[in-house]
Formats: sequence, C-alpha cells, structure tokens
Amino acid sequence: MKKRLPYIILFILLAWHAVSYAWQRFPKPEFESGYVYPEYQFTNPRSTAWEYIDVGVLAGVLVFTTWLTLKKRSRNAIIWTSLFSLAYFGFFREGCICSIGSVQNMALALFNENYTLPLSAFLFFLIPILFALAYGRQFCAGACPLGAIQEVTGFYSVKLPRSAEAILSSVPYIYLALAILFAATDSHFIICKYDPFVGIFRLNAPATMIIFGILLLLAGLFINRPYCRFLCPYGVILNWLSRFSGSHLTITPTSCVNCRLCEDACPYNAIIPSNLDAPKEKTVTSRKRFTIYLALIPVFVITGALFTLRFSDNLAMINRNVRLANEVRMETVAGIKAVSQQAVTFKESGKTVEVLYQEEEVIKERYRKGSPIAGAFLGLSLGIALLSLSAGRLRDEYKPDQGKCYSCGRCFEYCPLHNNNVPLL
Amino acid sequence: MAEKNKYQNRRQFVKQAGRLAVALPVAYLSVSLLRKTSAGEFVWQIDPLKCTQCGQCEKNCVMTPSAVKCMHSFQMCGYCDLCSGYLRQGVKILDTAAENQLCPTAAITRKFIEEPYFEYTIDEELCIGCAKCVKGCTAFGNGSLHLQIKHESCKNCNQCSIAIACPSDAIQRVPISDPYKPKAGYNIDSE
Repeated sequence: MKKRLPYIILFILLAWHAVSYAWQRFPKPEFESGYVYPEYQFTNPRSTAWEYIDVGVLAGVLVFTTWLTLKKRSRNAIIWTSLFSLAYFGFFREGCICSIGSVQNMALALFNENYTLPLSAFLFFLIPILFALAYGRQFCAGACPLGAIQEVTGFYSVKLPRSAEAILSSVPYIYLALAILFAATDSHFIICKYDPFVGIFRLNAPATMIIFGILLLLAGLFINRPYCRFLCPYGVILNWLSRFSGSHLTITPTSCVNCRLCEDACPYNAIIPSNLDAPKEKTVTSRKRFTIYLALIPVFVITGALFTLRFSDNLAMINRNVRLANEVRMETVAGIKAVSQQAVTFKESGKTVEVLYQEEEVIKERYRKGSPIAGAFLGLSLGIALLSLSAGRLRDEYKPDQGKCYSCGRCFEYCPLHNNNVPLL
Repeated sequence: MAEKNKYQNRRQFVKQAGRLAVALPVAYLSVSLLRKTSAGEFVWQIDPLKCTQCGQCEKNCVMTPSAVKCMHSFQMCGYCDLCSGYLRQGVKILDTAAENQLCPTAAITRKFIEEPYFEYTIDEELCIGCAKCVKGCTAFGNGSLHLQIKHESCKNCNQCSIAIACPSDAIQRVPISDPYKPKAGYNIDSE
C-alpha cells in the first residue's frame, strides 16, 4: 500500500488537472490602472406565475365557451371568444405550450424516467379533455388558437365528398400514433416540428414553417379547418371523448321538426341527418354485416401490429443516435465517408463504436416494443370506424356528429326555432 | 312506442358503457402522470462544457437571429493582445480591421485597457451564435467565450430544435430557477 501511495497521489493530481482542463492557459491579468470587471446583467425567463395565469385563462375560456354553446347559443360570441384565444394563446403567448403539443410531453413523461412533467403542461393536456368528456369539443370551439385562426379565415365552404373526407380523416390517427411513438422514445416532437401556425404567431420562424401555415390557410378558405380535420392529433382524443360527452351542443334549441334547413349548414360534414324517410334495411343483413365487421377488428389489430413491427427499424431512424450509428456503420462496412456534423463530433469525442452500437440497440428495442402498439391502435381505430358505419340507427332528428362537431355554432341560425322564435333555454 | 323505448334504452346503455370505457383510461392516465409531475417549469440551456462549437446553434434555432448568444466570462479572460477568439488565425497585424476579425458580424468590440491588456465585449444585438469566436477561444485561449441561450429571445419551445440538431447533447432542460449555465468565474451575483 505504501509503495502505491505516490501513484495514488499522482492519479488524484492528474484527475484534478482534468477537472480544470484547458482553462487559464494565460494567467489572469493584474491590472494597475484600477480596471474593474464589467458587470453582466442576466435576463431571467418569464416567471413561472405566467404559466399558471395561462392555465387559468384556458379554464376560464373553456367555461365561457361552454356556456355560449350550450346555453346562450350565440355563434358571434363564440367567434369573439376564439378571437380572444387567438390573440392571447397565439400572438401574445406565441403558441407554446399548447394542448396539442402537450400530448408529446405526456408520452415523454410516461416512458422516460429522467423527464419531469411541468404541472402547467399536464393541466393544458387534461383540462380540455375533461371538458370534452363533459360538454364536447369546447376547446376546438373557443380556446384553440390554431382552430381560431382557421375558423375566422374559412370564408367559403366547399363540402368534400364523404369518401374523400373519410380517407383524409384517417391521417390524424397516424399522426397521433407516430407522435406518441417518437415522443415516448425521446426521439423527436413532430407535432411541434410541423406546427403550421406558430410561425405566423411569432412572425419569426423558418420559411418552410410559414409557407406551410399560409398554404393551410389558403386551403382553409374553401375546405374549412383543414388542420383540425385532417391533421390535428389532439383532435383524435377529443373526438373520442366527445362522442360520449354528458351534454353536447344541439342544432335546435327545442325539438327537431325535420325541416331539413340545417342540412347544408355544416362545412365539416358533422351533421347526421334524420333517416325517417330512408328505406329500411333488413335486420338480418345488417346484423350479418355487423358481425363480420366485429370479427374483422382483431384481424385489423394484428395486421396493424405486424405491419408496424416490420418497419420498426425504419421508424427508429428518426432518432438521431440511430441515424448516427447507421452512418458510422456505413463508413466501416461500405466505406461511405461519414461527414455529418453528428459523425464528426462523434469521432472527436473519443466515444467507442461499440458503445454507440449498444445505445442504438437499446433505442431499436424500444421501437420494437412501441411500434406494434401504435400499429394495433391504428388497426383498432380502423375496425371501430368500419363497425360504426354499419350500425344502422333510427334517427328522428338532425343531430351533430358528436365526434366531429367542433361546437362552432354555425348551425344555430339555420334552425327556424333559433333565437327570436322561442325563448332561450 | 314500446319498441322505441327498447332501442332508446339500449342506446343509453351503450353510451353509458362507452363513457365509462373512455373515462377510466383518462382517470388512470391522469393519476399516473400526476405522479411524474412537478410544479417547477423548465427552460433550455447549453452546457458550455459539453459544447463542441459546431455552429448548429446559429442554423437551427426557430428564431432569426438565433437565441443563442456568445457570453464572455471576464474573470476567466487573459485580456490577450493576440486574442484567438477575436482575430483570424495567422493575421499579420493585431488591429480591429475587418479582414482580421473572426466574427462575421463584427459583434466583438476590442478596447485597450493598459499595456498589454485588451478587453473584449460582445454586442448581443449583433451576435448570431455562430460559435466561431468560442471555437477560437476554447482551442487556443482560456475558454472565456462560451455560448448560452438568452432567455429574452428564447421562446422556450416545447422541443428545442437546436437540441435535436446538437451533436454533443449539450442542450438540456434546466429548472427555471437556475436558467443559466455560465462557465466558472462568471459574475453570477449581478442579478
């Protein structure tokens, strides 16, 4: 032990040297002219109190919108509320954090130990969901800045054919599944990356972001609310909760007289017509179809899971460590030189290739677990969508489709019983 | 009428069951998430010890110019005449001429203090966060120049787009109570 002591001391000294490495190559000057070091003023970030003010405003707006859609039934007031949200959450708060993106924070927090979820992000995620469960998609109607900017710019409404609408409506499910998969594996926040309007809110963003936003707004002039209908991943969650909501916006304040005046009111194809006059299908055939579709659901689920499992390694490529490992492997195997910034830094860092490959394998393993779940979710949604198509129902009134309806209130004034004709509820 | 009631009852039942089926996961999710929640907020910051001055900060920030700026730890600086963060390599004359400066936007001001010391200050209005001076200073000098995210320009995006591009994992979420990671010797009590 005594023999080794000098070496141990030398090692400690060397280790200490490593801590204070490379700094102070040149000694600190000894000024004679009475020079004082300049003071530096740190600018602190916005105080945390603002985050909770935001949560308060969100809750307040939701309560107010709920009252407007369910009791007051005023389309104008709803528009003004959503304009306020656009101004506050969009232009003043500059679009971050929003409920749509908060889905990713939830996924990251659920599956990663080292990330602690900020309470405000959690509340931004949860409050609109609770409202959807109780009163329908009030968030989309009055509180979402992305919805608001599209709602006020939807000047003409061209109705899409139902088939095109149905196909495009499947995109948000894929978007949601991928966003959760990528966030849960700590790879990327794609919802934030492809947020269309945040560039417009800040007037300072990469050009591609602003161009995407403007293109969506231009499309939205005719095909209203394109982001909400064909992209928004948070909308998928609200859609499903709203279907079972306790109370929901109604087209008529009293009871429907089947006048058919509201048939073309909704640009989102979210009004389910009554089918009193429609020819009735035989119970036997509809039951048979229902059973077949029910039996198809497991097939869809398994196919979806297998399909995404097959591509899990490709999906993992969105993770930058996997990309880096791939680049390095290409260099060693095929001799293609790794020139990316990541690869250059990796080579300089002195990290061994084995460690990198191990990290890559860990991430890929997570994708192998996660992607079948995403695929199964997609298969399940497809199956349920088919099943709900085949469930024939007797409907004696015009009703909003609770899943699709944004509670925007466009249909109110189409109803002859609206406003002046009857006292408000 | 009895027929209709039967359907309505069934529909009511399906709806109740559905509501339960969606409310239960929501409740479960909330509880499990709440356990991972903390009241504190987070902001993004660069760890200057991990930073490799690759220049991605300038290119990847959603803001133009980038919210990443160069900061100067005066307490660490050697106040050299031949400053490897200010001057290009191999310059003949040590002066403030534009062709001698490393900074592409001339954001560093050189001021004579006393023989042989010069003070270098960063004009943050001009700084674009390209890290050229930081690279020079870290490679050949004391490493007193370093990059930090300035919170007056940072929008605190949910996912920092520089953090995605950063090859050395230098950008991390830090608690809002401790929003800067300046290098040692920094006069941090100035706030």
